[in-house]
Amino acid sequence: MKDTLGVTRPIITLDNVEKYYGDYYALRGITAEINQGEFFSLLGPSGCGKTTLLRTIAGFEEPSSGRVTIDGKDMAGVPANVRPTNMVFQSYAIFPHLTVAQNVGFGLRREPLTRKEKERKVVEALEMVGLKGFGARAAHALSGGQRQRVALARALILEPKVLLLDEPLSALDKKMREQMQMELRRLQRQVGITFILVTHDQEEALIMSDRIAVMFEGQIAQLDTPQVLYRRPVSRQVGEFIGVMNFLPAKATVGPDTHIEVEAAGLGRAVIGADQLPGGWHPGQTQSVGIRPETMSILFEGETTDRRVATGIVEDRAYYGDMTYYEVRLDGVEKPMTISMKNLVGRPVLERGSQARVAWDARSLVLFA
Amino acid sequence: MKRPLRVYAILYLAFLYAPIALLPLFAFNDGTVIAFPLRGFTWEWFRQLAEIPALHAAVLNSLTIALSSAALATCLGILAARAATRFAFPGKKGIMGLIMLPLVLPEIIVAVSLLVVLLQLGLSLGAWTVILGHVLICTPFSIAILNSAFQSLDLSLEEAAIDLGETRWSSFRLITLPLVMPGIISSLLISFTISLDEFIIAFFLTGTEPTLPVYLWGQLRFPQKIPVVMALGTILVVASVILLTIAEYFRRRGAARTGQADTGGFL
Ligand SMILES: Nc1ncnc2c1ncn2[C@@H]1O[C@H](COP(=O)(O)OP(=O)(O)OP(=O)(O)O)[C@@H](O)[C@H]1O
Ligand SMILES: [Mg+2]
Repeated sequence: MKDTLGVTRPIITLDNVEKYYGDYYALRGITAEINQGEFFSLLGPSGCGKTTLLRTIAGFEEPSSGRVTIDGKDMAGVPANVRPTNMVFQSYAIFPHLTVAQNVGFGLRREPLTRKEKERKVVEALEMVGLKGFGARAAHALSGGQRQRVALARALILEPKVLLLDEPLSALDKKMREQMQMELRRLQRQVGITFILVTHDQEEALIMSDRIAVMFEGQIAQLDTPQVLYRRPVSRQVGEFIGVMNFLPAKATVGPDTHIEVEAAGLGRAVIGADQLPGGWHPGQTQSVGIRPETMSILFEGETTDRRVATGIVEDRAYYGDMTYYEVRLDGVEKPMTISMKNLVGRPVLERGSQARVAWDARSLVLFA
Repeated sequence: MKRPLRVYAILYLAFLYAPIALLPLFAFNDGTVIAFPLRGFTWEWFRQLAEIPALHAAVLNSLTIALSSAALATCLGILAARAATRFAFPGKKGIMGLIMLPLVLPEIIVAVSLLVVLLQLGLSLGAWTVILGHVLICTPFSIAILNSAFQSLDLSLEEAAIDLGETRWSSFRLITLPLVMPGIISSLLISFTISLDEFIIAFFLTGTEPTLPVYLWGQLRFPQKIPVVMALGTILVVASVILLTIAEYFRRRGAARTGQADTGGFL
């Protein structure tokens, strides 16, 4: 969120945060700024340190080195109970011996408010998460989705500067999860509080976040908006983790005026811009280009195009109703690549073994070199 | 069930409980000789119980010891169970094993070794030495009960309370304590019962003031007092059964409250 001058303000600053258990590094050199009012996600495979980082921000873990700053204050030595953060735990951690209202109002115990004011706040918080009238229920008798809402209301009632959510949707079924994704997003816009969401589900991160930090092995591999992450991943690892990306062996040379010339197997020669090398040059690394399935299309009989065209053979296809996914092996390439096509009216579905012409654009290449 | 099996089961139960069933039978029997046929119903032996000062002293002594042992063993149990379920520390398995050992160690060994140590140290025997011994044998039971109570707790519960502004101690008091309270009560009652009934350790370590079981044993030497002993025994059995039933009720309620499957207790 911008302040009155239109400047984004960091609410959390992570400065070279590290955490090791014995000689095992759970977090390495984590440096990032998370902005006020932002929906921020930590995305990565299991064991990459997402929870550890979240708990370090919450104050349940002390960083082994580095600094965590929240709202301009250094958090070194500040215990979890006085930090301006609240957390929604993966297990929801609903207090089973209390009612829904007692759970939600738990954080108000130490607030200098009258009983009336506290009750009103609890009612408001329950309303906000769509649990109006549930206050008197016993907490242990709730469904998964309801528990999650109670956990949200309980964490938001203290109006924290930052709300931390550790895989809050992973215990829900698919339908419930999709519904909660939209609701969480709506809630975040409504309250304007910074949300930090931990997830290993790349789709969830793309749908919900303003910005995403992709983590591997305790390090942030890339921190960007969903669009940039998807279109310009800095490494093959990131490109593979988010969505589907095809990789082709390539050879690149830097031409004049920072234009880069690439010779990609199966596609041919292309000139690309500096922005298409988001990871930068790493001399000596094996070079490859990445290209997303939906940026290419298969040309049907008689179809013409002014895009670049490559040729190959359909090795396999999967029909999804709205889409067809083709496995096409380009001439001169060993591994088939995935191409996705919308099943528009009148567009045929190619059979296995047929020749295919593939249209592509130099703009959609990403070079890893 | 097959016939031989059924016969076996009945014999087994009879062997187990017939002697106990005889207690009330003779406690209400109007005759000093413990033999059939029964002579008629009387409250006489119970009335006599009320008139023996030495017995009252023993009861008081036993109650003091049982209450103290139960409280101490349960406190130790809470600390050990919490440590065992929350923290990983080197040698945890070994340490827990050693703590649980008195559960299977013959009591006579515990009693004799304690006696030797206490005498070597030149300490005088008394109620406190019995308490010491009873804490030793009650603590494993206490830990076993409380371990299952603590194990069923989600570790994030206390963290959630801390996250919402409570201190470590207040989150323990507000969240963990109420949730394990059924286990605590169950542990108190079971420890109390064990201590109240325990004979061997009490016999070795009690000084000049006997506990109830030790006093009872002393009375067995006087045949004319046996019906009184029977009456006392009846009261003890009834009290034990009531206490253990309450303990089991609380243990089950605790299991239900935190939503864990019942893994079976001591009853
Ligand atoms: N207290 C600890 N002692 C030792 N190692 C730990 C401790 N806590 C976490 N780790 C290790 O640190 C690494 C990162 O753990 P973390 O829980 O942050 O992963 P994660 O990204 O949240 O994974 P998941 O998606 O499975 O929850 C793991 O390899 C884990 O085993
Ligand atoms: Mg995790």
